Amino acid sequence: MSKPKTIVEKIWDAHLVHEQPGAPTLLYIDLHLVHEVTSPQAFQGLRERGLKVRRPDLTVATADHSIPTTDRSLPIVDTIAANQLAQLEKNCRDFGIPCYGIHSTQQGIVHVIGPELGLTQPGMTVVCGDSHTATHGAFGSLAFGIGTSEVEHVLATQCLLQRKSKTFHVRVDGTLKNGVTAKDIILGLIARIGVGGGTGCVLEYGGPAIRALSMEQRMTVCNMSIEGGARAGLVAPDETTFQYIAGRRHAPKGAAWDAALERWRRLPSDEGAVYDKQITIDADRLEPMITYGTNPGMGIPITAAVPDPSSIPDPLERESVAKALRYMGLEGGKPLLGRPVNVVFIGSCTNSRISDLRTAASLLKGRKVNPKVRVMVVPGSQDVKRQAEAEGLPEIFRAAGCEWREPGCSMCIAMNGDQLEPGEYSVSTSNRNFEGRQGKGGRTFLASPLTAAATAVTGVVTDVRTLL
Amino acid sequence: MKPFTNFESRIVPLPVNNVDTDQIIPARFLKTTSKQGLDQQLFYDWRYDDKGQPKPDFILNRPEARGAEVLLAGDNFGCGSSREHAPWALTQFGFRAVISTSFADIFRGNALKNSLLPVVVPPDVHEALFATMARTPEARVKIDLAAQTLTLPDGRAVEFPVDSFAKQCLLDGVDELGYILKQRPAIGAFEGKREGSINTLAGS
Repeated sequence: MSKPKTIVEKIWDAHLVHEQPGAPTLLYIDLHLVHEVTSPQAFQGLRERGLKVRRPDLTVATADHSIPTTDRSLPIVDTIAANQLAQLEKNCRDFGIPCYGIHSTQQGIVHVIGPELGLTQPGMTVVCGDSHTATHGAFGSLAFGIGTSEVEHVLATQCLLQRKSKTFHVRVDGTLKNGVTAKDIILGLIARIGVGGGTGCVLEYGGPAIRALSMEQRMTVCNMSIEGGARAGLVAPDETTFQYIAGRRHAPKGAAWDAALERWRRLPSDEGAVYDKQITIDADRLEPMITYGTNPGMGIPITAAVPDPSSIPDPLERESVAKALRYMGLEGGKPLLGRPVNVVFIGSCTNSRISDLRTAASLLKGRKVNPKVRVMVVPGSQDVKRQAEAEGLPEIFRAAGCEWREPGCSMCIAMNGDQLEPGEYSVSTSNRNFEGRQGKGGRTFLASPLTAAATAVTGVVTDVRTLL
Repeated sequence: MKPFTNFESRIVPLPVNNVDTDQIIPARFLKTTSKQGLDQQLFYDWRYDDKGQPKPDFILNRPEARGAEVLLAGDNFGCGSSREHAPWALTQFGFRAVISTSFADIFRGNALKNSLLPVVVPPDVHEALFATMARTPEARVKIDLAAQTLTLPDGRAVEFPVDSFAKQCLLDGVDELGYILKQRPAIGAFEGKREGSINTLAGS
């Protein structure tokens, strides 16, 4: 019998185009997702070299990062953003790439629309000039973020030069308790391994608590793999995966579906497959998580106190935490619970899918948000928005006092005018709490949609379990 | 790309761990469609105050940083966003190498594609370098890519790892795309046997 393989090794082997001693492996890419921010210089490179896009049929573009989330019938005020969006549409026209642009009925965050269109499928290699591409790993695909030079490589050749990553198995045992979500699993993991803990690795999430997650929850987990330093993170496909894909626009149909299922069922890691690193997390012991600092590894259970820098032995690490607390205007040793916030942001490629919105709405139904708090709800795509409207969710959000906006990355990256003012605090369902990430001088606490909704109601950082 | 040559330089110390690419260049500057003009935006929010005036105590604004081609940073440099604007901004400012104990994966790849050398050193060397810089801000290091050595201010040479393929590309001043384009026959052959592909053009 051949050596047992991990799912990552199986996908790798199936995409190996060329190997030459001394050079990295040439790997074939099945799906290339493109957006407005990291692609213009790549298209420019193609033009300078006189190259075409090799496989426009494996490429798809959308506008998400720099678009306004306000009324789309109005002109875009920011002329630089407008130019970038126009450039994306022109590049796609010139090179024959399908583009779900600002006025498309399928527009949305790139990591939301890939899965919802059925483009993301098990066993694929998926890339995008965006570090949250690992989201697609939820389907058992090897999906990772790339830079603009690599965007150009894939456009021109549908291939990338890659060295094999290490494998890191993340096993999540037990059952999540009421009020604890997929977001808390990933924030809990990153708090444990640190923002560099997964560097050089592909994370494979498994165990009963991962199996019990829906596809959208698995996407939340995989999405933040990069926040633990791992370029990719994935979950082996199972019946939950197949049920999600079946019937979607680009899902295989008829005999092709049966053939696909047969291939996909062979993907999970073999019994006895060896990983370079492993960690086990006990879901039963997880609490709702929240970050206090300026990287996603600076996270604590919501009832805990912010660490005291003076208790950290390593001098550079101590200074890094002290610097983070100075930026955040926080004192070590004190809890976050009860701290007033100015903004609650529910959205981003981490938590803007229909189930995230349903979860937030379930808590906000019949309640009012604190009048001192601005609450923004930003659906991940036009499709999510339509579904939410069909279910009456915008009415719940508006009645509670939230803003219901158009799809996009919005205040996760604050490129489009949706931003915190200097010094403001937010609880955000997004993925990064870096200095200035949500607006220059803004201060971000990352948390789940449930924690965000609870905080919206009370106006202070709140343990959602007290409201359930 | 120009071939990467040996050089000697002063060092800019930035003793902060986990410097993310949002700090290297904030997202609001990514609305550009060009690679050029990003040096002004390097470390913008650490470098300039609310009125756009240089903060005198930030290292890049200090006279000893002028002309230095090596950045000495804390652990896990370049984490976060995949933006290649980060190495573009660093190289346009004049940096040719960054020294750290570790680099985020995407940043390292992006840096190597832009002739910015990530130099990984062991924690003791890293700590000693920061200590040297605190005592003698004008201290210099030498970088020899072919030999993969970093010569410290005290004359001691330490080896650093670098991907053999990326190294050759840097030394020759060529980019990877040229190599990949030469593999087109193998790519075509691979495409001939792929099964179950999507078609993004169908029904779009």
